[in-house]
Amino acid sequence: MSTLHTVNKSPFATQTLMSCLNHCKDGDAVLMIEDGVYGALANSGMADFVRAKSASLAIYVMSPDTAARGLAEDKLLGEVSGVDYAGFVDLVAKHDRTQSWL
Amino acid sequence: MSDVKKFLYVNRKAPYGTIYALESLEVVLIGAAFEQDVSLAFLDDGVFQLTKGQNTDGIGIKNFSPTFRALGDFEVTKLYVEKDSLEERGLSPDDLQEIMYEDEDDDWEEKPSIRLVSRAEMADVMADQDVVLSF
Repeated sequence: MSTLHTVNKSPFATQTLMSCLNHCKDGDAVLMIEDGVYGALANSGMADFVRAKSASLAIYVMSPDTAARGLAEDKLLGEVSGVDYAGFVDLVAKHDRTQSWL
Repeated sequence: MSDVKKFLYVNRKAPYGTIYALESLEVVLIGAAFEQDVSLAFLDDGVFQLTKGQNTDGIGIKNFSPTFRALGDFEVTKLYVEKDSLEERGLSPDDLQEIMYEDEDDDWEEKPSIRLVSRAEMADVMADQDVVLSF
């Protein structure tokens, strides 16, 4: 049993990503979407925390949202995998429930 | 209805700055009519929804905090409140209003609906659901 968590807020504006990551169970997946994709930046103040969590979680980022915001792949954490909209659907189907962190 | 699912309503916003908290409560009350296994979670700023002594006379918005005390009549009797979130905000359980329900399986004894849980226990509650709705 596992959960797909989605986060759509910048971690520099709200505590949403932090709260999400602190409530995940091992084996869960986190998908950063919309402004949530800023949580995938490699050189940010959040990077160490996200990197540490990636040991027990699968962390994804919505590629159309990073592209829209001009975040090149080499600016993103290597531990974070890019997905497209079809990949989003696959993630929803693969997990038992989806929890949207607003 | 035979297929009862576990629904969790996650509350992470303070009560009057945005409409989320009121809308959550409205949806909970609507959902209660469908006889599902409903729980509420209060974490982060969501714990501010349950403080006692709310008085909205001066801001022209309905004080909906008394409505939480009616949830028991709709068989919504599990309100999980995260202790860590309270502590981070300088609150203690005594700062929250008392919310009771009558346990029909125990001679209608009055019992508290609020269940204090740690962050790890809250994660367990979330992982135990069929459906999670966030507000």
